[in-house]
Amino acid sequence: MTDTHNDKETAVDNGRRTFLGGAVGVSAAAVAPGLVLHELAQAAPRTEPVTDLHRWGLLIDTAKCADGCRACVEACEQENGLNLQTRPEGADPLKWEDQRAVWIRKVKVQDNISGHVTNLPLMCQHCANPPCVDVCPTGASFKRADGIVMVDRHTCIGCRYCMMACPYKARSFIHEKVAEKLTRAPRGKGCVESCNLCVHRLDEGDLSVACADACTEQGHGAILFGDLKDPNGPLRQALRAQPSRQVRENLGLNTGVRYAGL
Amino acid sequence: MKRIVYREWRIAPERYWGILAILAGVIAIGGAAALYMEHEGHWVTGMTNSVVWGMPHVFAVFLIVAASGALNVASIGTVFGKRLYKPLGRLSGLLASALLVGGLLVLVLDLGRPDRLVVAMTTYNFSSIFAWNIFLYTGFLIITVGYLWTMAERKGNPFMRPVGTFAFLWRLALTTGTGSIFGFLVGRQAYDTAILAPMFVVMSFAYGLAVYILVLMFSFHLDERPIGERMLKRLKNLLALFVGAVLYFTLVYHLTKLYGAKYSDVESFILVNGGIYTFLFWFGWVLVGGLVPLGILYHPERSKSASWVAAACGFVIVGGLAALYVIIIGSQAYPLEMFPGQTVIEFGLPGDIGGTVAGYAPSFPEILLGIGGVGVAMLITAVGIRVLQFLPESLADQDVDPHAMARSAG
Repeated sequence: MTDTHNDKETAVDNGRRTFLGGAVGVSAAAVAPGLVLHELAQAAPRTEPVTDLHRWGLLIDTAKCADGCRACVEACEQENGLNLQTRPEGADPLKWEDQRAVWIRKVKVQDNISGHVTNLPLMCQHCANPPCVDVCPTGASFKRADGIVMVDRHTCIGCRYCMMACPYKARSFIHEKVAEKLTRAPRGKGCVESCNLCVHRLDEGDLSVACADACTEQGHGAILFGDLKDPNGPLRQALRAQPSRQVRENLGLNTGVRYAGL
Repeated sequence: MKRIVYREWRIAPERYWGILAILAGVIAIGGAAALYMEHEGHWVTGMTNSVVWGMPHVFAVFLIVAASGALNVASIGTVFGKRLYKPLGRLSGLLASALLVGGLLVLVLDLGRPDRLVVAMTTYNFSSIFAWNIFLYTGFLIITVGYLWTMAERKGNPFMRPVGTFAFLWRLALTTGTGSIFGFLVGRQAYDTAILAPMFVVMSFAYGLAVYILVLMFSFHLDERPIGERMLKRLKNLLALFVGAVLYFTLVYHLTKLYGAKYSDVESFILVNGGIYTFLFWFGWVLVGGLVPLGILYHPERSKSASWVAAACGFVIVGGLAALYVIIIGSQAYPLEMFPGQTVIEFGLPGDIGGTVAGYAPSFPEILLGIGGVGVAMLITAVGIRVLQFLPESLADQDVDPHAMARSAG
């Protein structure tokens, strides 16, 4: 009787062995990709920390900005997935134009006395003293060390106070459910966003912005991107060569986007 | 002066539960509206990238401002030592907390991401007046509960005056903070002025007192408790004073703006050719919310009638909502002036409004959410006075007025 019992105890339980083997395999399969990704993330940091050695900015030469041309707007929409926004079923088409996100607009103004017409692109002005950053209750609206003003979508609660504070109407609230978006420009219902000077390009070492590229391709060259802190860089040289000003200069915001011929 | 006796609200159960059922219905509809907006996104509202704060903010700011105003009644009794107001203190504290909770709920449910409320409570940017307001609002609730304790509990009585004084100062800070949410927005022509802060304080005096008087009259009327003539006269005189002060601040606010040439366009928009906003300013804010109630409250005969005083309170509330609609929405509808001396011909795509007045029509869900907040405030008040001793048994002159006692004795 005792012997039989001992036999049973030492006998191999094949079912149990298979189960344990399977469990180990499944666990390994579940954990491994995370470990590999973690290793990858550790092994190859995508960027160095952003420093204040640069301050990125734009110079817009309004004399070169062509009437009716929307190349910069379309390039921005492509680059940042804004063209993927779809009007929700039942939304009023005209109202939707003021509800969809827009990072850059073509603006046309006429001088009240002379009648002179000026065209210009208007986007986030990347202020050195941004009112949107001051008013944001959670600090989601922030300025990077290199001067780019953007929104941290993880901490934005969608209060829209930054939109109230922005003097340039540069910010958009995501009014609808987002079906499609680009990895480089994440977007979510209920958060605020605006032009970030194609930050995904800069962080990969590509010192360019989509709007300026498109403008150059069209042969206008009205938008010049560059480093406001580089005294010998093209942006500073261009700024030295001609008078320029800031939109709503009276607010003393020290904008990163400057306009010539305005 | 007799000892003041406080008693629970003793209306018939069917009536009480009927009131609760109606309020619960209002709240449920408001909640459903919020859920709908949250599920679909804000495109279902009238709000756009031009008018980013809509009807929910009108209700929320009204409730928050009225909350701090409602607490004034208690302050007059404890801080300024007016004995006539002492019996009114407990309801004042309760109503203040209830209105604040209602207003905050509306504000939170209108966020793009209300699910991230915990982020707002844990991550602060102290250069934001909003962040400060989170502390001012939660602090107000805590202080008011403490204040109520000092009023209701014998052991707390000695602390009533210091706590009441602190609550009074805190409520001044709170409304200053609420006004500054708008006043510090330098980029917008209609704001950018420090006078909005004291104007909001004065508005809170008027709107809070109007709500207080209505709630007091309603609850006393249903429970057949008396409000003496003298008490009514004092309250209505105080309301008239506050309504007059709101008109005065309105005048100074617009005179300040009119004096500077750079603001003349936005002023003519609000005062002359702004369509619905001009109408709401003159008809709602000035006439219904100001001149009409003043006419009633200073009328030699009508001011003695409780019904007319109640009507005046109603007018003040309607006018207050109109005023906040003009301040909050009118100021956003007016285009941002970015290019002085130039006219904006185009601003992005058609419908993407920048150079012209932005359209805004409040949607039903927004309005229902706002009314739901009012429902929450009223529900808290109704339950509070039912289960706890907030209401004095009588506000008849001989019970609360030492002078009346002296007169009858003499």
